[in-house]
Parts: sequence; C-alpha cells; structure tokens
Amino acid sequence: MVLNLFYFLSFLAILSGIMVVVSKNPIHSVLYLILTFFTLSGHYILLNAQFISIVNLIVYAGAIMVLFLFTIMFLNLQDDSFTGSRIMFHVAALLMVIAFAGILVVKLGGAQIDVADDASFNSQVGMVENLGMTLFNKFLVPFELVSVLFLSAMVGAVMLGRKEKGERNF
Amino acid sequence: MNQIPEIFRVVPVNHFVILASILFSIGILGVLTRRSAIIIFMSIELMLNSVNLLFVAFSTYKSDPAGQVFVFFIMAIAAAEVAVGLAIIVMIYRRIRSTDVSILNNLKG
Repeated sequence: MVLNLFYFLSFLAILSGIMVVVSKNPIHSVLYLILTFFTLSGHYILLNAQFISIVNLIVYAGAIMVLFLFTIMFLNLQDDSFTGSRIMFHVAALLMVIAFAGILVVKLGGAQIDVADDASFNSQVGMVENLGMTLFNKFLVPFELVSVLFLSAMVGAVMLGRKEKGERNF
Repeated sequence: MNQIPEIFRVVPVNHFVILASILFSIGILGVLTRRSAIIIFMSIELMLNSVNLLFVAFSTYKSDPAGQVFVFFIMAIAAAEVAVGLAIIVMIYRRIRSTDVSILNNLKG
C-alpha cells in the first residue's frame, strides 16, 4: 500500500517535472510545477515530515508560484518553442542529461547507505515540537540572519522594480 | 507512539536518491534547452526541490532533525532569490521587450 503510494507519487512527480520543461505555454509550466510541489509534499507526509510538508505547500505552491504567475501575467510572453535551428543542441543536451542521470542512478541507487537502526529511530523527528526545539536552540543565529537576508532581498526587489526616469512603462 | 512507519521498512532510502536524481536531471534539461528566462528559473526551482526531497529523506531515515531545519533555510533563501530574480527578469523585459536569454549576449567577448 505504502509502496504503491510511493511509486504513484514518484511517477506523478517525474511526469509533471517533464511537463514543466516541455510545455510551450509558461502558464502550463507553472501549473505543472505546482503539481510537482504537491507530489513532493505527499512524499514528505509519507516520510512523517509534516512540518516541512505544510511549509512546502504554503511557501512554494502558495507564495512563490503565485509570484511566478503574476510575473508571467504582467509580461505577456510569447511561446518559445523548440525551434528547428537548435535541434542538434537539444539532442546534445538530452544525451548529456541522460548520461548524468544514468551515472547518478546507477552509482547512488545501488550504494550502501546506513540508516538509523530500530533502537535509535525516532518517528517524531519531523514534528513541529521537535523541529522548533532544534531551530530555536541550535540554529538560532542562522534563523535570525535569514530575516536580514529577507530585508535585503526586499530592498533589492523594490530597487530593481522601480520605474526609471525617462523610460517608457509597460 | 514511537513505532516505525511502514515506509521505512518497505522503501529503501536509495529509491528517494533515484527520484531526486531524476528530478534534478529534468531541471538541468530545462535550464539547458529552454530560452525563456522564466522557464529557466522554474527549472532551477525544480532542482532546489529535488535537493530538498533528498535532505528530508536522509533526515527522516537517520532520525536527525538538522536536515529538515536545513530544508527550512533553503526554502527561505529560495523565496528571497525568487523575489530578486523575478525583479531582474521584469527589468530585462522592460529594456528589450522579451525574456529570451539568447538575445542577452551583449557581454559576449
């Protein structure tokens, strides 16, 4: 049951990931990317990581993808299709990526990875209480630094998006 | 309360490694083949998410919460990156009326 669910979610994630890359309309790409994020959240729930699953939905599928959709809506993009002049480049890129994925899958997929044994296993590690204790004890300084990063990102985005003098607006 | 969920018995951690590798490769393919800057950006998001999946998988299989905290930080940094990156893309669009990266070769030597 769990195994089938895992394979179903993985199949859906890979399929929608491919559709992100190959669909011509950017809006469809965004929607398929949201589907990918939902399947990854399903994986996180399967792995007993509820906090990360919900944060993934809120931050990625909720906030970041809405930002993408708004930008695409503003920009009025035309379809950029796989044109014929670059067909050899696409074939080369595809071969390279298949080779890269093959190496990773063969070498890492068969690797011996040691995991926690039954005695040291803790199924509550992905819950909010546990992660909050870790975040606010061990990682308090990076957590505060993230707020500085957000402030600088906000200032940068506002500065970049400002209308410049003598420039036509869209 | 502390019983081991079924997935940790029936799915080896290698399957998550394989899934993350495939998703990461799809992201690389998107960066290499697409010309619209926004699609390239979305492929980068896909690659970031495959790495997140790997972090969460190893964190839960090894019962170490540090990996999931790291995923939290990656998400925060991805949000900041998207805000600045999309602002840059909008600025490029204002200047050249397109987001096609093959036009942006002014710095080519």
